[in-house]
Amino acid sequence: MRSLLDWLDDRTGYRGLLRGALYESIPGGARWRYVWGSTLSFAIVVQFVTGLVLWAAYSPNATGAWESVYYMQHQMWGGWLLRGIHHYMAQVTIVLLALHLMQVVIDGAYKAPREVNFWFGLGLLFLILGLSLTGYLLPWDQKGYWATKVATSIAAITPVIGPALQQLLIGGAEYGHHTLTRFFALHAGFLPGALIVLVVLHVYLFRRHGVTAREPVDRPDGMFWPDQVLRDSVASLAVMATVLGLVLWTGGAHLGAPADPTEPYAAARPEWYFMFLFQWLKFFPAGFEILGAIVLPGLAAGVVALMPLLGRWKLGHRFNVGVAFAMIAGIGLLTWQAYAQDRSDPEFVQAKALAEIESDRMVTLARSPDGIPGGGALALLRDDPLAQGPRLFADNCASCHTWDGHDGLGNDPREPPSASDLHRFGSREWIAGLLDPERIATAEYFGGTDFSRGRMVRYVQRGIAQFDHEEQQQLSRVVSALSAEARLPYQAAVDSAEHAEIREGLELIQSEAMRCTECHEFRGVVEEERGPSLTGFASRAWTHAFVSNPAHPSFYGDRNDRMPAFGEDGILTEHQIGLIVDWLREDWYRPETPEPSPPAH
Amino acid sequence: MSDNSPDPEQPPRRGFLAGAAALALGAAAAAAPIFAGMAVVLDPLRRRLGSRDLVHVTNLSVLPDDGVPRKFTVQADRTDAWNTHRNVPVGAVYVRRTPAGVQALNVVCPHAGCFVGLAPDESQFRCPCHKSSFALDGSINDPSSPSPRDMDELEVEVRDGGEVWVRFQNFQSGRPEKTPVQ
Repeated sequence: MRSLLDWLDDRTGYRGLLRGALYESIPGGARWRYVWGSTLSFAIVVQFVTGLVLWAAYSPNATGAWESVYYMQHQMWGGWLLRGIHHYMAQVTIVLLALHLMQVVIDGAYKAPREVNFWFGLGLLFLILGLSLTGYLLPWDQKGYWATKVATSIAAITPVIGPALQQLLIGGAEYGHHTLTRFFALHAGFLPGALIVLVVLHVYLFRRHGVTAREPVDRPDGMFWPDQVLRDSVASLAVMATVLGLVLWTGGAHLGAPADPTEPYAAARPEWYFMFLFQWLKFFPAGFEILGAIVLPGLAAGVVALMPLLGRWKLGHRFNVGVAFAMIAGIGLLTWQAYAQDRSDPEFVQAKALAEIESDRMVTLARSPDGIPGGGALALLRDDPLAQGPRLFADNCASCHTWDGHDGLGNDPREPPSASDLHRFGSREWIAGLLDPERIATAEYFGGTDFSRGRMVRYVQRGIAQFDHEEQQQLSRVVSALSAEARLPYQAAVDSAEHAEIREGLELIQSEAMRCTECHEFRGVVEEERGPSLTGFASRAWTHAFVSNPAHPSFYGDRNDRMPAFGEDGILTEHQIGLIVDWLREDWYRPETPEPSPPAH
Repeated sequence: MSDNSPDPEQPPRRGFLAGAAALALGAAAAAAPIFAGMAVVLDPLRRRLGSRDLVHVTNLSVLPDDGVPRKFTVQADRTDAWNTHRNVPVGAVYVRRTPAGVQALNVVCPHAGCFVGLAPDESQFRCPCHKSSFALDGSINDPSSPSPRDMDELEVEVRDGGEVWVRFQNFQSGRPEKTPVQ
């Protein structure tokens, strides 16, 4: 062993290199305050290692990026942990950078002869911010997509070269495959390459100049190895413990629903360390964005870059320290303000909650036996009644209807509802309520419509109200039979169990006693068609046709109140109507092994 | 570090303890990312293909009577990491009539995995890569063939009087024994 190492040393001189690296004299001995640079090195190494492995599982294209990250996060061994470490280490790195920079400024460590190394350090700061920015897009989820759009749109306001710069960044005229390939190349190739070069130069110059010793040096000098290394190891371990704590506390890095350029996303925010810029931009009216986005931040960076020169004078150094603290305070204030405003903005709070529900739902769908189609996971979400129904209902139906008292998304209706509440439309409870003399003319049913003075309401309030016990029994069979027409999936069990009652009810619907077919067609039987057909009432086909055109002769005909013909007038596509109908019918994919119950909108 | 040659700069015993502690704590700090990274790197080891059902590949009526093979694509469901594809081409087989019925061969060469072709005169199979050659029944017909075994025969059934159904499988290449890829 010894001779082998001797041979190796003879050929490489590794011992000299090692000695040079380890036995560096530290004036005044090892200190805890010297650990920050080493913790940053540690963080960067962790990012390189975890990043390389993530790379081995990541697919940079617009129909595979989210999917590959999902697969990593939810299907691969340790993927969530790996992503979590990479994600939170990136954030901890930003904090460490800020500490390191502040310490350098406060200690005046930028002063001659260390000016150049200060600039290398600033270069590293910007590289790492660039790495954060590019990394945020790579999962291609709603959050990263919309936040990065803001960043690249800001790039576009740069004078003269802006539009070209933006186009180069995003790899074309709009976001797509090449946005990801380019951001990935930046994130995993160009920027880390530049980072390595700058780190080497930074450490080289640091070694050349030595640590900036704490004055006065009143202790004996020490060695880098092992005293300082021990402190560095303890600090690195503390950094890692913090990161692991964050990963476990938050459950790992978040993955939102896949990027969708057609779906509004009001919860778009950058990472917390860019929130101050986000907030800052709110203060600049149209025409002045360039001032806020480019000129002033550029000036601030310029002042920081000039610190080593200003610091030659005693007053200059005080000025620098003052500026550094002012910047930290300003950034802190803006960040706090940004979060405070978001917290008190109900729209944002709702958008965020909705985004959370969608990302959970997306994962449920991706795990379904059908799996993710070749065209990407977004198709699953776009075709999912549970995800799309509430949004479509809120946009198209909720100006008149409610759903369980709200607009489908949980908001109170802006105006008092002027048409029926459609929660569990067609179910036994819903029909029983319609036939309840106390309820039919309330806002839950026909209260807000022209039909509140119509024959149906009159019949329920005068006729049904007089029913004796036996007729009440018959009515409940009618309700069961009519509701069975809907073939609601959530009622399937009771519908098949009460087969006999339902058959009886079917006959009762057609009987003169119940008077349904005086106005409603049921399986071909009707006296005079005035109201909607009851054949297949509230079934998928019935509801679909009704929404397409409620004024069709088999529904309300010319007695239709205000409801638009959503299908025939082209307000909604067939597909969209289908999503609303399936959502009302609660006909959506449910995992067999119960996960957390379907989110209530 | 510990067995360094005597060195004027070598720290004393306290230094050794500090060094050992530094290394141990540094290793502890690196443990989690290394563990997570290894798990992700090794994840492919637990991926299994699962067994495929027999699939309808062709009909007897299109197979020549003289026992010359014809090539067919096999369509089946396929899971490719995060994607699930329904009824897509997953491989190809040669199917031919035999005196006993039907024979199906995987097109992949057992030597190194190339796509074995049918010679232009349809007298034998020839691998374009390393020149293994096989008789039409898939057996090695050249003593100097690089292939360690005959072409891989697949389970085949004739159903409803004329439908040819094949259980498509791939096998580990380069070995004398025929081991299915699972």
